[in-house]
Amino acid sequence: MIIYQYDKSFEGLLSCVFEAYERKIFPETLQETGTPLPLFYDDAIQVFTDPLKANRVWKGLTHKLSPAGLSVIASCWLSELPESDILLFRYIRKAIDAPSSIELQFGDPDILKASQIAKKVNNERLRVIQFIRFQKTIDNTYFAATEPLYNVLPLVTEHFQDRFSDQIWLLYDVKRSYGYYYDLHAIKEIQLKDPVRILTTSPQGNPLLAPDEILFQKLWQTYFKSIAIQERINPQLHRQHLPVRFWKYLTEKKSL
Amino acid sequence: MDDAILEKLKILAESAKYDVSCASSGTFRRHQHGSIGSANGWGICHSFAEDGRCISLLKIMLTNYCMYDCAYCINRRSNDIRRATLSVTELVHLTIEFYRRNYIEGLFLSSGVVRNPDYTMERLVRIVKDLRTIHRFHGYIHLKGIPGASPELIHEAGLYADRMSINIEIPNEKSLQTLAPEKDFQSVFTPMRHIQQGILENKEDRQKFHSAPRFVPAGQSTQMIIGATPDSDRDILRLSSALYRRPSMKRVYYSGFVPVNSYDHRLPALKQPPLIREHRLYQADWLLRFYQFKVDEIVDDAFPDLDLEIDPKLAWALRHPERFPVDVNRADYEMLLRVPGLGVKSAKMILVSRRYGKISGSQLKKMGVVLKKAQYFITCHELPFQTIHEIRPERIRQLLTAARPPKEDPRQLKLIFEP
Repeated sequence: MIIYQYDKSFEGLLSCVFEAYERKIFPETLQETGTPLPLFYDDAIQVFTDPLKANRVWKGLTHKLSPAGLSVIASCWLSELPESDILLFRYIRKAIDAPSSIELQFGDPDILKASQIAKKVNNERLRVIQFIRFQKTIDNTYFAATEPLYNVLPLVTEHFQDRFSDQIWLLYDVKRSYGYYYDLHAIKEIQLKDPVRILTTSPQGNPLLAPDEILFQKLWQTYFKSIAIQERINPQLHRQHLPVRFWKYLTEKKSL
Repeated sequence: MDDAILEKLKILAESAKYDVSCASSGTFRRHQHGSIGSANGWGICHSFAEDGRCISLLKIMLTNYCMYDCAYCINRRSNDIRRATLSVTELVHLTIEFYRRNYIEGLFLSSGVVRNPDYTMERLVRIVKDLRTIHRFHGYIHLKGIPGASPELIHEAGLYADRMSINIEIPNEKSLQTLAPEKDFQSVFTPMRHIQQGILENKEDRQKFHSAPRFVPAGQSTQMIIGATPDSDRDILRLSSALYRRPSMKRVYYSGFVPVNSYDHRLPALKQPPLIREHRLYQADWLLRFYQFKVDEIVDDAFPDLDLEIDPKLAWALRHPERFPVDVNRADYEMLLRVPGLGVKSAKMILVSRRYGKISGSQLKKMGVVLKKAQYFITCHELPFQTIHEIRPERIRQLLTAARPPKEDPRQLKLIFEP
């Protein structure tokens, strides 16, 4: 078994692809640098991330795959699933070796798997777009926290920038503790020291929230309750469409 | 903005909730400098109510005072319910503040009819005009057309709204006359025609001048109440199919009748809304719109009502065993769509992946094609499954409708009592 060790970054993965083609030795496993090696292996190669090599691989891929195929690679990477890197390695290798685009060849297990993961990530991206709830803070920033299954925040900023370009907003991934801040001009990646302070709202309100924020949250809750038709209540369908893991940050599911 | 608006919102949302439509699709509008919001083209559901229906738009009535006395409607004038009216500023403020917090995709505005249709329509138009021109709101607006409103007002409304809808409510005119003596089909179909004309003219204009303002870019929709009158599914689906033949009609919604005015003896006494019938009608509607079915294939004089036990496509397949089995490696797209259990996605997936080689049954499974129903109607290049010709249609029906035993929970300890 041949193992490549790299720094678990996307550029690192692309560098691994470059190295593999250069050495003509293809790994069966990818590992993060520093993790203990398994008991039986033939060769372990340390790959150093090189942006130049990564760029060359990515540029090559743009000739082999359509934008949809490239986004499969990007989404699959953002899934952060344990085996996704070696899966992507095989996907990229197949894309490079094939004479024509392979992205629709769903008979192949790797290509099918990668596109299924990409689909899941995309679904999560859509859910984040749907279920983000902004709270207006005292300095007119609209703040929203979320804990998506996959690391989809980089994929949703474009939508929010287009839609809310005239308001300052901050999207925060509590699970991965980073977020994006939009200051009316550009989006910046930030890390908060204490996100919980902004998140916790008590009935007395949160001193960090704008004065009319609680009123609008109450209005939304009232609306949410009144719009349901009592004769048709269907909790199972409700949970299916609105997964419970999002309730924590949903205004309408919060008790005020 | 204070707590008084809480009450108003409650009353008016409750009055508006029987309108089914909540779609926010069909318009793509990027953000422009100095305006609020955008529209996506594909709809975004921002929440789901406890009845499982999507909340995409702020669905609200301007007022629930109404001069009509329609038997099926909660807002009829003889009902003793709480009434309220929103002011223009209140409504605009609510919409924009909700929008900025990502609660909604836009506004669905409807209204009870006050004084006369034109007066009501004029007030609706004023609100959407304010939203679009003064507040530069670029989100989605769905505006209800008031039956009997004048063409000029309908035209002006169309310049600001993304989608307009005028509800038919009752699928045949005779029943409409009994339940809503003050309404007739003409007052519904005339404004519908005006909207359609406007859309077609606008299409031509925009081919010549790219900057021509858009007119109801997301088309129109309508709604029918199911189960309030003795009309069969054939009548309903024939009307829908006739409506879909018009170029501007995007959706027909079916609303299972909720007995809101149980004291009215013109209405049937239902224990609960006909939810399964509504579901089957939607399935048939999808067959009409995406699966290239004709209405006579789904319901005809021999089968005027949809089968409640099985879906309309399966029912059609069981009536036509001669069209099956279908070879997934050879059949064209139209025929793949007709296989029960294969949807648009699965059919397209099969089409693209069979270019690279023959597809086997196990590959179908891996692709995510659900074979529960499809297995009886397809063959692959492998040994054929047991198809509809080996196991008769009646038996397939039995197999597919058999009640499944409840799922066993492995954590539950079983106590066996021997008698």
